[in-house]
Amino acid sequence: MHQSDLISSDIDAYLKAHENKSLLRFITCGSVDDGKSTLIGRLLYESKMIFEDQLTALEQDSKKVGTQGENIDFALLVDGLAAEREQGITIDVAYRFFATEHRKFIVADTPGHEQYTRNMATGASTADLAVLLIDARQGVLTQTKRHAFIASQLGVRHIVLAVNKMDLVDYSEKVFNEIVDDFKTFADQLDIPNLHAIPVSALAGDNVVDGSRYMPWYEGPSLLGYLEAVDVETEETSLPFRMPVQWVNRPDLDFRGYAGRIAGGIVRPGDDVRVLPSGKQSKIARIVTMDSDLDEAVSGQSVTLTLTDEIDISRGDVIATSETPPEISDQFDTTIIWLSEEPMLPGRSYRMKTSSRLVSATVNAPKHKTDVNTLQKLPAKTLQLNEIGNCTLAVDRPIAFDSYNENRQTGSFILIDRMSNNTVGMGMINFPLRRAANIHWQNLDINKAANAEQKGQSPAVLWFTGLSGSGKSTIANEVQRRLFASGRHSFILDGDNVRHGLNRDLGFTDADRVENIRRVAEVSKLMVDAGLITLVSFISPFRAERDLARNLMEEGEFIEIFVNTPLSVAETRDPKGLYKKARAGNLKNFTGIDSPYEAPENPEIEINTDDMSVEDAAERVINGLIERGIIEA
Amino acid sequence: MSATAQIHLTHLQRLEAEAIHIMREVVSEAQNPVMLYSVGKDSAVMLHLAMKAFYPSKPPFPLLHVDTGWKFKEMISFRDDLVAKLGLELLTHTNPEGLADGVGPFTHGSAVHTDIMKTQALKQALDKYEFDAAFGGARRDEEKSRAKERIFSFRSAQHQWDPKNQRPELWSIYNVQKHEGESIRVFPLSNWTELDIWQYIHLEQIPIVPLYFAAERPVVERDGTLIMVDDDRMPLKDGEQPMLKNVRFRTLGCYPLTGAVESTANTLQDIIQEMLLTRTSERQGRVIDHDQSASMEKKKQEGYF
Repeated sequence: MHQSDLISSDIDAYLKAHENKSLLRFITCGSVDDGKSTLIGRLLYESKMIFEDQLTALEQDSKKVGTQGENIDFALLVDGLAAEREQGITIDVAYRFFATEHRKFIVADTPGHEQYTRNMATGASTADLAVLLIDARQGVLTQTKRHAFIASQLGVRHIVLAVNKMDLVDYSEKVFNEIVDDFKTFADQLDIPNLHAIPVSALAGDNVVDGSRYMPWYEGPSLLGYLEAVDVETEETSLPFRMPVQWVNRPDLDFRGYAGRIAGGIVRPGDDVRVLPSGKQSKIARIVTMDSDLDEAVSGQSVTLTLTDEIDISRGDVIATSETPPEISDQFDTTIIWLSEEPMLPGRSYRMKTSSRLVSATVNAPKHKTDVNTLQKLPAKTLQLNEIGNCTLAVDRPIAFDSYNENRQTGSFILIDRMSNNTVGMGMINFPLRRAANIHWQNLDINKAANAEQKGQSPAVLWFTGLSGSGKSTIANEVQRRLFASGRHSFILDGDNVRHGLNRDLGFTDADRVENIRRVAEVSKLMVDAGLITLVSFISPFRAERDLARNLMEEGEFIEIFVNTPLSVAETRDPKGLYKKARAGNLKNFTGIDSPYEAPENPEIEINTDDMSVEDAAERVINGLIERGIIEA
Repeated sequence: MSATAQIHLTHLQRLEAEAIHIMREVVSEAQNPVMLYSVGKDSAVMLHLAMKAFYPSKPPFPLLHVDTGWKFKEMISFRDDLVAKLGLELLTHTNPEGLADGVGPFTHGSAVHTDIMKTQALKQALDKYEFDAAFGGARRDEEKSRAKERIFSFRSAQHQWDPKNQRPELWSIYNVQKHEGESIRVFPLSNWTELDIWQYIHLEQIPIVPLYFAAERPVVERDGTLIMVDDDRMPLKDGEQPMLKNVRFRTLGCYPLTGAVESTANTLQDIIQEMLLTRTSERQGRVIDHDQSASMEKKKQEGYF
C-alpha cells in the first residue's frame, strides 16, 4: 500500500511503521555544476518533504531566477542565508531532512568552493556515508579526488559515486564504466571500505528514486534505494564498549550514576568494566533510564550507568569493557585539519576537547602536510586555514583514547584558541607515541626541595615582559645585583643572549616567537628545579605563551612582571636603534610596530618606567618577592 | 541468538540520545544555564527530554517563560499545572516598560509587539538572571535560514548573532568556551522535524496544551486568518461577530498573532494524519513570519530566538 493511502486508512499502522524507522546521516559532495543542489532538491521533492506554500514559492522563484525555463528548479530549494545571498559568502554546512518509509535522512550539504575543506570536513564528521557527485561529461576531476580524500580522512566508510548527467552522455554504459574504473584506480590508495557507483540524472530523475528505462544495463538499486538499505550500524555496535562520562548524577547519597552517550559497543548489567585513565575495575550494576532499567544499551544511546563498587569517577573519564580497554597516553601522532584564518602555532598551548574532556595541548610543527588536490606530502612549518597535516600532539595529562580508525567518537578532538575561544582545529588520533604507563619521571635523589634548602631560598621565576626598550633588562639586572648582594642564588635569561645560542635557529615569525618562549620556559623550569631565582627578560608578546610558562611552574613560583612603558617612550629610547629600522621597513615583525603585543591582564607586579627610576623599580620587585615569601626581608 | 544482529536504534531513539547528550554537555560546562519554555509542543518535547537526561535527578536548571501578556489563557494554566506536577522551578518575565506602556499587538502591530514584548523581554530576562546558556526548542526544518544554524549558537554580550562568524561543529564535540558576558543559545532539537516531534509526543505520551486539539472556539476571520477571541481585549471591527467554529492550532504564541485552522482532529493520531495530508508548513500560521522574505534571519540577528 502506498504511504499516503496508509495515512488516510490506518494512521495507527502508519505510525507504528514510522516510529521504527532508522536514521542515516550522509553528506553530498560536488561542485555547483555537478548538480548537487538539484539532486538534494529532487530527493526532498520526491519524498514529499516540500509543503504547498513552499512549492508555490518554489514555482514563483523558478520563473523569476530559475535556470530551468518553465520547469521547477529544484536547486532553489536548498539556497541559503540572506547575508550569503546578498554578499556571496559561503561559510557553512546546511542540514536538510527527509524521510521515506524505511528511513529518516539527515543530509549535510556543503556548498561552494571557498572554505571547501573546512566545510566538508565539518559535514563529514557526523556522516555515515558520502555521496560523491561526478559530472558524466567531465569524469573524475581533481575535485572528485579531493572529496574522496577528505571523506576517507574523516573516516566515512561508505562512499556512493553518483555519476550524474547521464542524460547528456546518451546514458552510455561505456562512459559510466570508464569513470568508475578511473575512480577506483585512484581510490586504491585511500581507505574506503565500501564503494558503490550509480549512474543517475538528477534533473531527469533517472535512478534517483526509481530506476531508469534508459539504462537497463544498470541492475543495481537507485540512489535512494541504496541509501535506504545500506547498513551502517552493525559496525558501530560491534566495537568494544566505551562510554565517556559526561556528568555524575548524584540526586542523593544513595545514588551515584554516570551519565554519558555510548561511543561504541554494547553494555549489559554484570559486564566487567575498567575506568580510564585510573584503570580501576568494577562491574555494571544498572543501566538507568526514566522509563525503566535496561537489559542492554548500545552505541549511540544516552544512558546513566551505576557500578557495583564505589570508585572515584569524574567527567571526562571513560568507562570501557575491561577486555579491550582504550589506550592511555599523553603524546600522539595525529592528523589535523586547520579551521582558522590564524595559522596553527606549533608550541602554543591550545585547549583540546575530546568527547567530554577538556585538556591543554601543544602541537609540534607538522611532519608534513598533504596537498588535497594531488595527495602529495609536502614539507610544512605550520598549517594554514583548510590545510591538512600530520602532527605530533602532547597533552598535559594522560587521556584515554582509541585510534580514529577504530572509533570516531573516542579518537577525535577539536582545538580551541585560548584568547578567542574559537574552534581553530580538528584532529584525528592515529596512534600513541609513548604509552604513559611506560614512562616514569626519573626520580633524582637531590630534588628541587633539597636544592632550594641548600641555598636557603624559595626558587621562583621572575618573568619580565614588555616592549623592546621598555627597560626589562635594565631592571632585571638591578634586581639581580641586589639579590646577589644579599646572598641569593639567581640567574638571568636574557632574550638577546639566548637568541645567540640555544635559540639561534629561530626568527621572528609568530611561530618562531612561540617556540622561542617555549624553550625559555622549559629552561627556566629546570633552573627553578636547581633552586635558583630565575630572572627571565623577554619581550614575550603573546599571553598564551606566558600562560604556558606559568603553567609549567608550581603555584606561586611564577611572578609575571609587566614593564609597562608606552610605545612612544620606548621608541624614543630606542637603545639598539631597532625601532628606527622597523619604522624604515628594514626590520619585519617588530613587536609594537607590525607585530602585536598582548599586555598581561593580571600581572603579579606592574612597573611603569615612565615615572619610576630603575632603583625604585627594582625596589618594588624586591618588595613583591618579600610579600610573596620568596625571600625574607 | 546473536545480540548484535538484533540491535538497531530507531531515528527517534537517535534524536533523543543526541538531545540528551547536548543537554548534559551544557550543564557540565556552562555556569548558569536555563531552559526557555514557551509552553508549545516543541518545549513540551524539550522539557520531557530534560527530565530523561538527568533522571533520577531533576533538571539542574530553571525554566524561563517570556510572557508577553497575550498568550492564550489555556497556555498559562497548562504551564502552571505542569510545572507544579514536575516540581520544577519556573521563572516568568514580562517586559515591565512594555507592560507600563500598554504594548500589545492590536495597538502597536505585530512587529513592535514582538520586538518589545518578546525579543527585548528575552534579553532583559537573560541579563537579569545572568544566564550564560539558554536552551531553545528551535528546529532546522522550520525555516530555510535555520538550516545552517548551529546547535550551539553564540551571542555577543549585546545578544547579537553573527551569521558570518559561527564556530564549526565537529562530530559531537561541542565547544562551550566563551568570554565574560557572552552567552550561548543551545538547540537540542535542531535535527528534529515537525513530524518527529509529533511522533515522539505520541510515542512518549507527552502532555500538550489542549489548544492543539480541535474544539469549538470563538473565532473571527481577518485577512484570511482565523483569530480566536481569547479575552475581551480583542477589539471587534464593525459588523465583526465571533463565530463558534471547530478549530485547532498548529503552533502556539500570542493569541492575536496565531492563526487557527478549521479541523476536527481531536486525537494525536488525527493531528498527525491531518498534518501529513494537509500540505502547508506549520510556520504559515505565524503572522510574524510574513513580514518580509528572510525575516526570521533579520529577527535572529537582532536577538530574537
